[in-house]
Amino acid sequence: MLISRLSRVGFPIIGALSRGISAHVCRTGCAGSTYCQRHWPETWWFQGAIYQRNRYCSTTAASADSADKGEQQEISVTFVDKDGEEKHIKVPVGMSMLEAAHQNDIELEGACEGSLACSTCHVIVMDIEYYNKLEEPTDEENDMLDLAFGLTETSRLGCQVIAKPELDGVRLAIPAATRNFAVDGYVPKPH
Amino acid sequence: MAIYRAVGRNWLTRGLLTISNNPLRVCIVDSGPAGFYTAEKMLKAHQEAEVDIIDWLPTPFGLVRSGVAPDHPETKIVINQFSRVAKHERCSFFGNVTLGSSVSLGELRELYNVVVLAYGAESDRFLGIPGEDLKGIYSAREFVWWYNGHPDFKNLNPDLKSTESAVIVGQGNVALDVARILLRPTAELATTDISKHALSGLEESSIRKVYLVGRRGPVQAAFTTRELREVLGIKNLNIGIQEADLYRAPADEEELKKNRIQKRVYELLSRAATSGSSELNPCQRELHFVFFSKPDRFLESDDSSGHVAGVHLEKTVLKGVSPGKQIAVDTGQFEDRPCGMVLKSIGYKSVPVDGLPFDHQKGVVPNIRGRVLGNTSGDPALCENGLYVCGWLKRGPTGIIATNLYCAEETVASISEDLEQGVLWSSSSSLKPGREGLHQLLSNRNVRFVTFNEWEKIDNEEKRRGSSSSEPREKLICWEELLKSAT
Repeated sequence: MLISRLSRVGFPIIGALSRGISAHVCRTGCAGSTYCQRHWPETWWFQGAIYQRNRYCSTTAASADSADKGEQQEISVTFVDKDGEEKHIKVPVGMSMLEAAHQNDIELEGACEGSLACSTCHVIVMDIEYYNKLEEPTDEENDMLDLAFGLTETSRLGCQVIAKPELDGVRLAIPAATRNFAVDGYVPKPH
Repeated sequence: MAIYRAVGRNWLTRGLLTISNNPLRVCIVDSGPAGFYTAEKMLKAHQEAEVDIIDWLPTPFGLVRSGVAPDHPETKIVINQFSRVAKHERCSFFGNVTLGSSVSLGELRELYNVVVLAYGAESDRFLGIPGEDLKGIYSAREFVWWYNGHPDFKNLNPDLKSTESAVIVGQGNVALDVARILLRPTAELATTDISKHALSGLEESSIRKVYLVGRRGPVQAAFTTRELREVLGIKNLNIGIQEADLYRAPADEEELKKNRIQKRVYELLSRAATSGSSELNPCQRELHFVFFSKPDRFLESDDSSGHVAGVHLEKTVLKGVSPGKQIAVDTGQFEDRPCGMVLKSIGYKSVPVDGLPFDHQKGVVPNIRGRVLGNTSGDPALCENGLYVCGWLKRGPTGIIATNLYCAEETVASISEDLEQGVLWSSSSSLKPGREGLHQLLSNRNVRFVTFNEWEKIDNEEKRRGSSSSEPREKLICWEELLKSAT
């Protein structure tokens, strides 16, 4: 049921998304180079402490897996940023995608630091098969997804997607917020 | 593409050269989410930018401190991110500096290459109906600032003891916040950073019934799901929703189909309507959703004390005006809702400062993607050089904290475009005194500004005072005390 609904609605979105991304990937980072400056990586240790708490309460399956197969197990995750550039990282099983993004200097906002009080770590799972491997979002996550910009049928909060072996190879797109930014009747004029 | 790249590289080189001797001087007015997100994005996008944030309060973070409810500590975590911005080597905070009295807009524009106004909406919309100035009627903003320990509203002292019923006009998240604060067991509030005076006021409160009044129906309510779910889950709270109000006309179905939040809000309300217990427990508090009603006038109590005694409500019906949009129209049918307190939660309003173009009808500064326009004609040729807006002042008082992230991204993109096109730097006066100039001006006027280091002293003092009673902090609520703790 869920799969059929998603394949109906989700695929065109993902198709459009990947088209947009492949168009962007070729662009060199020249114009955007000023954005490459990473922000204050020395503070992540602090955030890490907070993520611990959420990891504990947000997954059961992943922690069982990590206990079985050892703490060191890692999966491959690809983040596609809002300019369409890909970054491949390794994420230990049990870690949230928000925390993984921050540890790898990937610009994913996390205003509430993973406490399910904002929607800024919104990511789009680019392949429907991977989306379906995730547990259903809780009411609380859905409440926050309500407020995410550029929501799609395969949107999740990065803080609630926890690395587990089945997710090896998952691709996550960080939505380009500005393209979706329209508030209360304001229609951006084309350039 | 080639041209674009050349411009980009050229700009980059120029940027590198200007770091040491001629920084881009940026001033952001007010330090709420819009201000801090703008600062963060400016610092990231422009290595040569030196960003100063001024705020009229000695304390930073705007509505994150004075607006976000005390029982939503997780929403305030964003303060960590904003503090990192404030401590950035190219950023400075000037608290206790008021635009208009400490420094004028004209002066700021003389001192800085770029001025971004992000001072939000500090006033309230009015209903404009008879009796609005009766005692016991407050704006939700005043009430929120009172329980959040804003230094200007510590003496509001709303009378919560002489009535059992309160009416809240409006059906948005602020309305839900104030309803929740009125109805939540005070033991649960005691461990938050709610102001002391508000906690004792609420502990003695006799208010047991709260009516949330909205002109339209449950399909159009402006709540978000999280806040609604939270209020519906309050312990020992009976929820009142008229079954008849849940009826969905075809136009309602159309609206629900298109809007995920409205759909989920409607589902929560219908579930709450059917799950309410039939027998009322007398010690239970009550929250009633009063749909399809609009205040016509406020009723004065018979004892000629000038106090509100109720609201004369007119019933409304919905009328479709365009596909997917229905408005409330009058029916000529009235009913009275007795109450001893009214909180108006019908929206905030921005106020202009001298020398700032302002659209009084929309309550915003006329702008194109954050560039301030000389007047409301919308003519892009009339952009005010170096003057920008962000946040509520730019787009009106709606949205969540994260909305400002995208709003700031847009304003900073406009600034970057103007820089690339030489609009800002080619002007003869590109060498600006910036931070040093502001320092000079403030010291000439004996304005005692509060730095971010000094705010951290206030912060530590508040946390120290809160720790004895297991609160995250006890806010300092007097101007004198705030300034004293800053030294």
